Amino acid sequence: MSADKLTATARALRRALPWLLVAALGVGATGCDRGGEAREAEAIDASADGRTLDFALTDHTGKLRRLSDFRGKVIAVFFGYTQCPDVCPTTLAEFVQVYRRLGQRADKIQVLFVTVDPERDTQQLLAEYMPAFDPRFIGLRGAPQDLRKATDAFAVSYTKIGGQSGKDYTLDHTAYVFLVDASGHLRLKVPHGQSADALITLIEEILD
Amino acid sequence: MDTKRMALLFAALAPVVGAAHAEVKITDAWVRGTTQTQTASGAFMSITSSEKAALVGAASPIAGKVEIHEMRTERGMMHMRRVERIELPARNPVVLGPGGYHLMLMGLKQRLVEGASVPLVLTVAGSNGHATDVPINVTVAPITAQHSPANHGH
Repeated sequence: MSADKLTATARALRRALPWLLVAALGVGATGCDRGGEAREAEAIDASADGRTLDFALTDHTGKLRRLSDFRGKVIAVFFGYTQCPDVCPTTLAEFVQVYRRLGQRADKIQVLFVTVDPERDTQQLLAEYMPAFDPRFIGLRGAPQDLRKATDAFAVSYTKIGGQSGKDYTLDHTAYVFLVDASGHLRLKVPHGQSADALITLIEEILD
Repeated sequence: MDTKRMALLFAALAPVVGAAHAEVKITDAWVRGTTQTQTASGAFMSITSSEKAALVGAASPIAGKVEIHEMRTERGMMHMRRVERIELPARNPVVLGPGGYHLMLMGLKQRLVEGASVPLVLTVAGSNGHATDVPINVTVAPITAQHSPANHGH
């Protein structure tokens, strides 16, 4: 009996396998032909969405910024918080490499870091944190309702976890880098863990 | 009990006591540097225990508290959880690194300046439940560090 069951499962799997592979290829891989050690670039095509996204938040110098202020540039938006020890600084560090490798062409890219923890990430903290990576990076924060508008626009979720003593909570949050093209359309959702080379490949795809 | 018998007894016990205290080696320990106002950071390292053991806690005089955290990303979401312990199999290095486990230093009492060294005490429990404190010094890496300083070439 269990043998029958196994065979049935195996048959079902065999039938599903080509489709699984198609899905994997469709979602992953926009290709990275730099060869060598560069890993394949991986991103989720979000262009079908077709919406022009916008939000209004305050930057780390106190200036009100709209996403639409950066039209003409490719925007890399990342949501996180400065007490995040791993994903957030690693992602920003990759973009330090991206800027460095692109040289002058880095002017065509704007990195925006939106804190999902405005309670602890004060303007002062962001004003220290962003330039510690690159003075061109912009940190953004907002009142809960403004932050909510921004996270809703990108379908970003975040949840406070733990912290009995009030300040020691961590946050679970969406860890995609969102690539928005020069006309303000969301193009790619890039999962965490891409190398600077992979990011450059993806950015170059939507630069023109 | 005469001294001779006592010595024999100790001689017999010694290896047992030795086995209860797993020898723990820490390599490539680093903590991410902070800015003036930041009050938390993550520490990363490789831990190898001579015997089966578990990392059950950590503390530092420069932090209000230190917790063991596990990070994972699932369907685009980054999840962070406090864990009670990290199992250390005998002679197999366990890496606390970006994308996995880390020690979370919270309530930092001072800025972590790149190039400095900060003290950390790891509490390791042997298979018999006996806990030992392992004091280490951790190098402060640049805020932009992606790997351990050993293979951090820029």
